[in-house]
Amino acid sequence: MSHSFDEISAQLRGRHRKSARLKWISMGALGLAGLFLVLFFADMLNKGLPAFQQAYVQVELEYNEDAASMGRAAMDPEVSRVVSRSFERLIPGMIRDNPDLLGTTEQRWVLTNGDVDQYLKGHRSKLSEAEREVVDELVDSGQVALKFNTTFFSRGDSKMAENAGIMAAAVGTVMTMLVTLAIAFPIGVMTAVYLEEFAPDNRLTQIIEININNLAAIPSILFGLLGLAIFINFFGVPRSSPLVGGMTLALMTLPVIIIATRTALRSVPDSIRHAAFGVGCSRWQVVRDHVLPLAMPGIMTGSIIGLAQAMGETAPLIIVGMVAFIPDVGASFTQAATVLPAQVFTWAGEPERAFVEKTAGGILVLLSILIFLNASAVILRKKFERRW
Amino acid sequence: MQTNHLLAMFSGVLLLLGLIAFFLGRAKAARVRANGTAMYAQPDQYAWFAVVATAGPAITVGAVGAFLMLLLGANIPTLYLLAGSLVIAAIGLLVGMSQVKPDFHARQAIERVIRWVLVAAAMISIFTTFGILFSIIFEALRFFQMHSFWDFITGTVWNPGASFLAAAGRAEEGGSAAQFGSVPLFAGTFMITGIAMLVAIPVGLLSAIYMAEFAPQRVRTLAKPTLEVLAGIPTVVYGFFAAITVAPIIVNVAGALGLDASFNNAIAPGLVMGIMIIPFISSLSDDVINAVPDSMRQGSLALGMTKGETIRDVVIPAALPGIISASLLAVSRAMGETMIVVMAAGMRPNLTANPLEDMTTVTVRIVAALTGDLEFESAETLSAFALGLVLFAVTLSLNLVSVLMIRRFREKYRVNNL
Amino acid sequence: MNIQVAERSTASMSRPESGQPVTRNTEANHELSIRVRDLNLWYGDSQALKNLNIDLYQKNVTALIGPSGCGKSTFLRCLNRMNDLIPSVRIKGLVEMDGHDVNAPKMDEVALRRRVGMVFQKPNPFPKSIYDNVVYAPRMHDLVSRKPEQDELVEKALRDAGLWEEVKDKLHQPGTSLSGGQQQRLCIARAIAVQPDVILMDEPTSALDPISTATIEDLMDRLKQKFTIITVTHNMQQAARVADYTAFFHLGEIIEYNDTRTMFSNPATKKAEDYITGRYG
Repeated sequence: MSHSFDEISAQLRGRHRKSARLKWISMGALGLAGLFLVLFFADMLNKGLPAFQQAYVQVELEYNEDAASMGRAAMDPEVSRVVSRSFERLIPGMIRDNPDLLGTTEQRWVLTNGDVDQYLKGHRSKLSEAEREVVDELVDSGQVALKFNTTFFSRGDSKMAENAGIMAAAVGTVMTMLVTLAIAFPIGVMTAVYLEEFAPDNRLTQIIEININNLAAIPSILFGLLGLAIFINFFGVPRSSPLVGGMTLALMTLPVIIIATRTALRSVPDSIRHAAFGVGCSRWQVVRDHVLPLAMPGIMTGSIIGLAQAMGETAPLIIVGMVAFIPDVGASFTQAATVLPAQVFTWAGEPERAFVEKTAGGILVLLSILIFLNASAVILRKKFERRW
Repeated sequence: MQTNHLLAMFSGVLLLLGLIAFFLGRAKAARVRANGTAMYAQPDQYAWFAVVATAGPAITVGAVGAFLMLLLGANIPTLYLLAGSLVIAAIGLLVGMSQVKPDFHARQAIERVIRWVLVAAAMISIFTTFGILFSIIFEALRFFQMHSFWDFITGTVWNPGASFLAAAGRAEEGGSAAQFGSVPLFAGTFMITGIAMLVAIPVGLLSAIYMAEFAPQRVRTLAKPTLEVLAGIPTVVYGFFAAITVAPIIVNVAGALGLDASFNNAIAPGLVMGIMIIPFISSLSDDVINAVPDSMRQGSLALGMTKGETIRDVVIPAALPGIISASLLAVSRAMGETMIVVMAAGMRPNLTANPLEDMTTVTVRIVAALTGDLEFESAETLSAFALGLVLFAVTLSLNLVSVLMIRRFREKYRVNNL
Repeated sequence: MNIQVAERSTASMSRPESGQPVTRNTEANHELSIRVRDLNLWYGDSQALKNLNIDLYQKNVTALIGPSGCGKSTFLRCLNRMNDLIPSVRIKGLVEMDGHDVNAPKMDEVALRRRVGMVFQKPNPFPKSIYDNVVYAPRMHDLVSRKPEQDELVEKALRDAGLWEEVKDKLHQPGTSLSGGQQQRLCIARAIAVQPDVILMDEPTSALDPISTATIEDLMDRLKQKFTIITVTHNMQQAARVADYTAFFHLGEIIEYNDTRTMFSNPATKKAEDYITGRYG
């Protein structure tokens, strides 16, 4: 009745092939996912890195009477065609602020207009043949060159691509995140402490738990609707402000922090609690002096991850109006502001080719910050990881 | 501005009262103790009790007053309200001080307060859910007063164009009446979600199988966090990627095949959304597959099954509730995803089965309705809340089913880390 | 103290040929099933099995006994190469079955396991119906294809495992709905449905109640008509009840291998005697 090894092996050959096929296919799937990631980053770097460079032109500025009313007059007319209009507009103001300038001349590197920039980077541009020749000549004489783009990192938004920067959005992001953290961190930690350390196992506790898990899975845009209907329309928080954006994001981040904190609290072994009870600590003293300090690294890791998530969120902020055009770096929690992802969104909607580069540049900055945050969370976890 | 100054002054005075309470309370308690009387609590605990007695009632009164003003339109002058609060704070200070005596359990009193504060914090997440629910329901109800619910659910034409005229009281001037049939929007949502799932489920599940069953430990520890990078990329970035990079590729490929594709085709956002969702499925499936007891695998291998057969016929069926749960979460996630579709899908409600055409989704219309310069009262703006209500209901039920399935899995195999 | 005495007695023991029982049980079947020579096994750097030599005979129940951690389960898993699943394991020595070296590179471990089935400590039915639990492996092995054949095979395997009467009306309910003892018998039915030569049992009754244990012991007694059964047990009474041969393991070595009656009435080594009489274990 029983079969010999040879008979069995013959029957097994096909089955082994199938098994190996599953291994290769599944390996391929993982490889495919990795490939997506690589292609994505390559594409973003390819599109975004040029944004960190910008074409500048060396001009001789002659601060004459005409220039005080029309900046263009300060420059050689031939060269002025490649200079960004955003700089021309500054000249009268410079003269007004500093009348001594009148009558002097100055050599200076200034921004070119976006088309020259795109032309130098080898993209399609709207320059005419004649303009291209001028630019080529200036490049040959070393008067036009690509340099590190300080404007991008120091200015706010602008309708002129060459003058647009991410500073306003970065400041907006920092302010919004401050609000988010100030609300979500204490409330999240307190909720988790209550659920893990104090709550009796009753109906209400179960409802809170289910509710938190649910909240974590609600589409972010619905939080935007909440922000609009309750924070803005009902409580009258100023629209587009870091305050309302931060509050909305705080509610979104809350479940992330609660879940992370609960995990961290749960990983503190009961023996610590029993020891503390044993020396006469009250429940609150046990939590404050023994459990929370031990759980802190885990709580911090979770909060950083929650913060990174909130930082990349756009949809609810669009709903509460944080996609405003913000040319100036703001400083108030109640005035209109924008954030990095919203700035990316705004730029992505601009029709000009030069803005594609800005968008990708903004994305690179955003991704760098997020990678930095997540990496620090990982390091924090590695460093303080404790096995009980 | 006036209110801001008042608030600043109020906070300052309250802080000062609190400090006074703390130091007076501690000093008094220390004095009592120095006399050699045994006390129930430490001086610091009496001090904190005094602070709580001072600030707690005052802040509560202030908050309740502010809420009454907002909610009921009660007209309490801010100045009186804040001044009243401060008076209460002063009374609280006196009461707190009088309680600094040996037979008073200051620690227990503080801890009761702490406990209530913790409960209050825990309630905020509940309020958030109700906040979302009510804010959506109220506005949605106003929408359904203007347009019938039945037309909304079954109508196949979404044309809100003329509704702003109606809001402005000029309904007769516009050409056609506004129509709010949400079927094309949901069709678009399902189409794009479907494409995303076609990408995410096979790739995610197979990746999870490789990581959990075949990969050497080193690959596994590297691959999981790497995949999770995909989930950490902001959706607005994916939207840009879909619109600028993927959509033109789709158009070119379709063109090469002799097909006509729109730049706002449904494939590009679907594909990119699928990539984004891979880690949701792979990560949870990986956990679930790992939680399948090893005795199952050994039982199958000991019968002379190959590894592949063991995975296909034993491990995956055992992990199925968890995998389905992960997929449902992913569907819910895809349906609520906004930025990718806002940036890469179309704006035109289009009831079609051709993914190469442009079509729009529920979330796109919500954003479109709320970002224009429309009057808040217009039917188009309110339609966003009606759409949001349906989205809420659908994602909520998907989540609940998913939670139930994972719970069943957990109970079956007694694993606690899922 | 004990150990020294025991070592002396081991050294003085005379063995006709390594690997064979010291005393021959004349009534039993003596066709060779598995021959083990100089088997060594390491977990990383620590040696778990040391120079094992044993001949296992067909259509008998052989019990492996010994204190926990003595290597009896590890040895059992060498016989169907389940130790392959543990990456740090290294094996040297011969395990021969049907003239083939089980550990040879060209031996297909899947084919081996098809002939050497296994029942585990904890019942582990698949998340399938009772019917599918039994028929799954035979179907994959092409032992049955048509529906009537399958039905016949399921009934036969379940009857052999003494489970048929209890489950014949609920064949399509999940295997996990059965009680622990029934689940274990389902696992045995699953193993015998493949028609292996050898069935390894790794403490098959340790997770069961006494009544289920008695049922399974009866079952082993019947199954040895058709199969070679090698069982690991913690329970010496069980070894005494069901086994024809017993091997006593201690610290990775086989101290004594004897027919069960001799082993329990008159062990040849001091160590085995001490273990059997309960001095340690």
